[in-house]
Amino acid sequence: MADYGWPDAEHRTLIGKRITRVDSPVKVSGQAKYTYDVKRPGMLFGKILRCPYAYAKVVSIDASAAEKMPGVKAIHIIQGPNSTIHWAGDEVVAVAAVDEPTAEDAVRAIKVKYQKLSHLVSDAEPPKGAAQAQGPLSMDDIDDMLDNQVPARQMVEQIQQYGITSKPDEGTLKGLQEDGATDEVIKAIRAATVHPEAGSRPKSNYQKAAAQTLGDGEKAFAQAEVISEGLYGVPVITHCCLESHGSTSEWTDNDHLLVHMSTQNVSGIAGQMAEPLKIPATNIRVHQDHIGGGFGSKFSPDRWGIATAEVSKKAGGKPVRIMLERDSELKVAGARPSAYARVRVGAKRDGTIVAWQSESWGTGGPGGGGMPPIPYVFSIPNQRKEHTAIRNNIGPARAWRAPNHPQAAVITMCALDDLAAKLNMDPLDFFLKNIELGKPRQAIYTEELGIASDLMGWKQKWHPRGQNKSGNLARGVGLSLHTWGGRGHASDCDLTIHPDGSVDIKMGSQDLGTGTRTCILMVAADTLGIPMDTISLQIGDTMYPPSGGSGGSTTIGGVSSSTRRAAVDAREGLFAKVAPALNAQPAELESINGTVRVKGDSSRSLSWKEACSKLGAMPLTVRGKNPDKSKPPDLTNSGVGGVQMAEVEVDTDTGIVKVKKMVAVQDCGLVIDVKTAESQCHGALIMGISYSLFEEKVMDPTTGRMLNPDMQYYRLAGLNDIPELVVHMMTGKGYDERGVIGLGEPPVISPGAAISNAVANAIGVRVPFLPLTPDRVLGAFQKAGA
Amino acid sequence: MRSFEYVSPTTKAQAVSLLAGNWGQTEVFAGGTDLLALMKDDVLAPKRLVNIKQIKDLQGVTYNAQGLRVGALTNLGELADDANVKKNYPALAEALIEAASPQIRNMATLGGNLCQRPRCWYFRNGFGLLPKDETGKELIIEGDNRYHAILANDGPAKFVSPSTIAPVLIAYAAKIRLEGPKGKRELPLEKFYVVPKTETEREHDLQPNEIVTEVVVPPATDAKAAHYEIRQKEAFDWPLAVAAVALRMNGSNVQSARVVMGYVAPVPWISMEAEQALSSQNISEDTAQRAAAAALRNAKALSHNSYKVQLARVAVKRALLKAASGGAA
Ligand SMILES: Cc1cc2nc3c(=O)[nH]c(=O)nc-3n(C[C@H](O)[C@H](O)[C@H](O)COP(=O)(O)OP(=O)(O)OC[C@H]3O[C@@H](n4cnc5c(N)ncnc54)[C@H](O)[C@@H]3O)c2cc1C
Repeated sequence: MADYGWPDAEHRTLIGKRITRVDSPVKVSGQAKYTYDVKRPGMLFGKILRCPYAYAKVVSIDASAAEKMPGVKAIHIIQGPNSTIHWAGDEVVAVAAVDEPTAEDAVRAIKVKYQKLSHLVSDAEPPKGAAQAQGPLSMDDIDDMLDNQVPARQMVEQIQQYGITSKPDEGTLKGLQEDGATDEVIKAIRAATVHPEAGSRPKSNYQKAAAQTLGDGEKAFAQAEVISEGLYGVPVITHCCLESHGSTSEWTDNDHLLVHMSTQNVSGIAGQMAEPLKIPATNIRVHQDHIGGGFGSKFSPDRWGIATAEVSKKAGGKPVRIMLERDSELKVAGARPSAYARVRVGAKRDGTIVAWQSESWGTGGPGGGGMPPIPYVFSIPNQRKEHTAIRNNIGPARAWRAPNHPQAAVITMCALDDLAAKLNMDPLDFFLKNIELGKPRQAIYTEELGIASDLMGWKQKWHPRGQNKSGNLARGVGLSLHTWGGRGHASDCDLTIHPDGSVDIKMGSQDLGTGTRTCILMVAADTLGIPMDTISLQIGDTMYPPSGGSGGSTTIGGVSSSTRRAAVDAREGLFAKVAPALNAQPAELESINGTVRVKGDSSRSLSWKEACSKLGAMPLTVRGKNPDKSKPPDLTNSGVGGVQMAEVEVDTDTGIVKVKKMVAVQDCGLVIDVKTAESQCHGALIMGISYSLFEEKVMDPTTGRMLNPDMQYYRLAGLNDIPELVVHMMTGKGYDERGVIGLGEPPVISPGAAISNAVANAIGVRVPFLPLTPDRVLGAFQKAGA
Repeated sequence: MRSFEYVSPTTKAQAVSLLAGNWGQTEVFAGGTDLLALMKDDVLAPKRLVNIKQIKDLQGVTYNAQGLRVGALTNLGELADDANVKKNYPALAEALIEAASPQIRNMATLGGNLCQRPRCWYFRNGFGLLPKDETGKELIIEGDNRYHAILANDGPAKFVSPSTIAPVLIAYAAKIRLEGPKGKRELPLEKFYVVPKTETEREHDLQPNEIVTEVVVPPATDAKAAHYEIRQKEAFDWPLAVAAVALRMNGSNVQSARVVMGYVAPVPWISMEAEQALSSQNISEDTAQRAAAAALRNAKALSHNSYKVQLARVAVKRALLKAASGGAA
C-alpha cells in the first residue's frame, strides 16, 4: 500500500517551512470578497425588528402599515404572538425592501405589543438560598448543554443521575445528534428515567449541580500546611466579529436556494437550513470566499439566516441581504459564558498541592451553562467542586475560541499563583514542583516552561510580589499553562491531475483567515513535488466535497490529512501511468521539483507536464478522506500543551495596566506552516490582551439591555496596546511524529491568567475579576487597605 | 437613518434662517463625526440638516496682539498643526493631538467639538439625556454609572461633558461667539456649558437657531499651562478624567491659577477650591497634591464610579506638576 505517512524532515520541501499565506495579495488589495461584499443583481435589503425587552411575551403584531409602504417587498414574522422572548434584541419580524432606509422605515412602522416579564441580567454571586438543586433535564436543557460544550461524560452522568422530564421522539434525538450529542449521550437519554411532573415545575434562575468530589478533600485540607483562599472570575464577553453575521439568500427557482453566508461551517449550513425551509439539503447551495472573524460564533445559519431565505421567498425569490448591524452583532450574535469562583487550595510547606475546593457560578444566558474544567491542567488529588448555573436574559452563549478553557485557566492559575505567593515561592518553581499533576503532558510543560522562562528573562524579572516598584510604576511577571484537544475533523478532498499537468483541488472547507488555503496547497504541492502556485484550490462551497466546520481547532488536522491522502493516491495513480514510459515499476518513481523520475536516477525522468500527458484523454480524480482507517497511519492527533508568560507595568495611582511583553510557547504536533502557526499565536495573544484589559458585555439592570453594543465602549485592544510578542513553536523530534494537531484555540487560553498573575506580582494584591480596568485595580488596592 | 432635507447655505444669516426655533426639527451639520453617528443610531432624527461647511466666514485661524481667533469650521488637525497654536498655546496643541484619531481630527471641527453630545451610554442607546424608565426610576442611579459624573451630579443630569478640548480652552480663558436671529453674542466658554434640568433642554447655552461662529483666546504667553488626560487605552478611547491648568506666576509662587476638569461633571468643571489652595504657593508634589484633594473635596461618587474621584485627583496633580515643570512644550 502507498505510504500516506507524513514525510520526515529531510523529505519535506514545504511542510514545516515558513510560507507566506497565499491569500495575502487579494486581502491587502481589497479584492478578497467577503459575504458583506456580495452584491447580487436586483438585491433587496433586509432588516429585523428586534424586541427591546429582555424578557417578554409577544402579544400582537400589526404590520399592515409597513406592508403598504412603497419599496417594501416582503415581511416575515419570525416570532409571532404568544412567543416568549428571552433577551433584548431577539428577532421578531424581518422585512425586505428596495434599500436599507426603506427597510428601516418599514421596521419602525410595525407595531408590536409586548407583555413585559421581569428579567434577570446579573451574573453576580447567587444570593444565599436562591439556588435550586438541579432536577431532571428537559430536552432543551440537554440542547443547552451541547451549546455550552459540556463534555459528553459529564452529560451522561447528569442524565443518569437526574433523569429527564419527557421521553423524546426520534426527530428530537436526531436534532440533538446534529447539535453534537454523542452516541453515549443519546444512549443515556434512551435509558433515562422519565419524571414528567418535573417538567412543569417553575425553574429558579439559579441551578445548582450536585457537588463533584475526588479523594478526601476534608482530610487533605486538615493536613495542608498552607491554605490560600481567593475569588476569581471573568465576565461575559462577546465575539465582536469585525464582519458581522449574516447572509444573502436567493431562490434560483421554486425549490432551489443559493446562500452566501459568513460562516465557519460551509458544509454544515445546508443541512441546518433544509428542515426549517422544508426543502432537501441538496437543493441548497452555500458559498463563502472569505470571512471576517467567527471565533466560534458562526456555525449555524441562525434565526436571521433562515429569515433571510424566508423573506427572499416571499419577495419572489429575489436576493435578500441581511447582515447584522454592529449593535445586533454585539447583543445577540455571540457571548462567552462568564465564570466566577471562590477557591481554596492547600499545599504542603514544600509546595506540593494537595487539595482544591471551589464554589463556582456563571451564566451562559438562558441556557445556564456548565462548570469550566477546574482545576485546570493540574489533577489535584483531593477535590470538592460545586457549581451554580445562572439562567438569565443576557442573550445566548456561543462557543468562544476554546470554550470554557480561558475561564478555567483564570480560576485555576490565579488561585495557584496566590498559593505560590503565600508559600513565598517563585511561581515558576512552584508550577515545576507540581508538574507531575500535569499528566500526561508533564514533559512538554517542563520543556516549554524552560524555553518561556529564557525568552521572558523570568529569572531576572521575577521579584516577590509588590517589590518591583519605582515611583508610581510597578512591574510584574506572571504565567499560565493550558491544554486543548485539536484532532482533525472529517474532511473530504477531491484532487484532480489533468493531462496538461494542471492540478486542482476542491474541498467544502473554509479558511477562517488562519491560513487553511495555504496549508492545503503546501501539503498537496509537497506531496506531488510541484510548486504551490501550479495548483488551483477551490474551497468554500457546498458543490465541493464536505469538510467539517472550523471549530475546536479541528480544521488543520482534517484538511491536511484528507489532502495528503488525496495527493498520495493521485501521485500513485500518475506513477502507474508513467512507469512504462520510464521503463520502471511505479514503486520506483518519485516526483520532485516538477519532475517525475526514477528514484536516484535523474537520467530517467520526465517533466511534470510530460508525465501528466501519459494520463491519456481523461483527467485523474481521486478523493482523500479523513479519517480513513483503510489508509493508515492516522495523520492527526489530539492533545497539546502551551505555556505563556506576561510582563506588565501598572500605574499604581491610576490603576492602568500596560502589557509590556508576552511570551507564548506552544506545541501542536507537526506544524504544516510555521509562519501561519506563529500568526495564529500572535492573534491569540492580541485577543487575549483585549479580553484581559478591556472586554466586557455590560448589561443595564433596569432595562435589561446591553449598554455597550458599539465599539466605543465595547473596547478592543488597539495597535498601541500591543507590546512585544514572542512566539515559540515546539517542533522537531518528539513533536513532528505526533501528526498534525489544531492550534486555533490553545494560545488564547492563557493570556487572562498570565496577565492577571503579572498584575498581582506587580502590585502585591489580586484583582479578582477580568477585565483589569482602573476601577477594578484601584478597588483591589482599596480592599487590601493599601 | 431616517430621511431628511439637506440644505447648504453660504452665509451665516441664511444658515440661521434655515434653523428651526425649537430642538428636534433641525440640526447644524459640520464635520458630521458625531452627528451622523447619532442619526444612524436614531438618537437624533432631524427633519432638516443645515450644512454649514460652505460658509466661508466660519473658516480660518488668525493670531495677533489680541490673541487667537479660530473659525468654528477649523478642523482639529489643522488647529493642532497651526504654528501659532503650537508656540503660544502648547497645552491646547497637545490636547488636540491627543483627541480622537488622525482621520477624525481631519473631519472634526472645533465648533462641532465644543457642541458634541455626551458619550453617556444611556443617551447613546436612546434613553435620553436624563434617562428614566416608565416608572420614573433614574436609570443611571440604578444602573451602570462607572463612566458618569462625580461632581454636580445631584440633579437629574449625570452624564459627563465630552470634549477634551473645552477644559484647556477654558483654562486659557477662551470665549465663544454665537450668531442667531437676534444677532451676535459672546460668552466665556465655561458659561456656554449648562446642566440641563429637563429632557427638553440641552447641555449648551445655544438656541436651536444659533450657530457657533468662532472661538477667541486671549494671549497666554505669560501662562504656564498644561493638559493631562487619563485614558485606559493608548488611543481611540474616551478619557476617564481630564485636567487642564493655567498658572500665572509671581516669581516661583502662583499668582493666579485656573484649574479645569473634564469628564467629571455634566459641564467642564472649574475648581475654585483648587485655585484657592494654590494661591501664593509654589508648586511641589505636596501643594499639587493638596490642590488636587481640594478640587475633589466636594465630589460625590455614584454607586460604580468612586475610582473616578481618585483618577481626577491624579489628573489635577499631574497637570499642575507638568505646568510647573514647563508645561506641554
Ligand atoms: C472615535 C472618536 C474619538 C473621539 N475622541 C475624542 C477626544 O478624544 N476628544 C474630544 O474632544 N472629542 C473626541 N471625539 C469627538 C469629536 O471630536 C467630535 O465628534 C467632533 O469634534 C465633532 O465635530 P464635527 O465637526 O464632526 O461635528 P458634527 O458631528 O457635525 O456636529 C456635532 C454637534 O455639534 C453641532 N454643531 C456642529 N458645529 C456647530 C456650529 N458651528 N454651531 C452650532 N452647532 C454646531 C451639531 O449640530 C451636532 O449636534 C471623538 C469622536 C470619535 C468618533
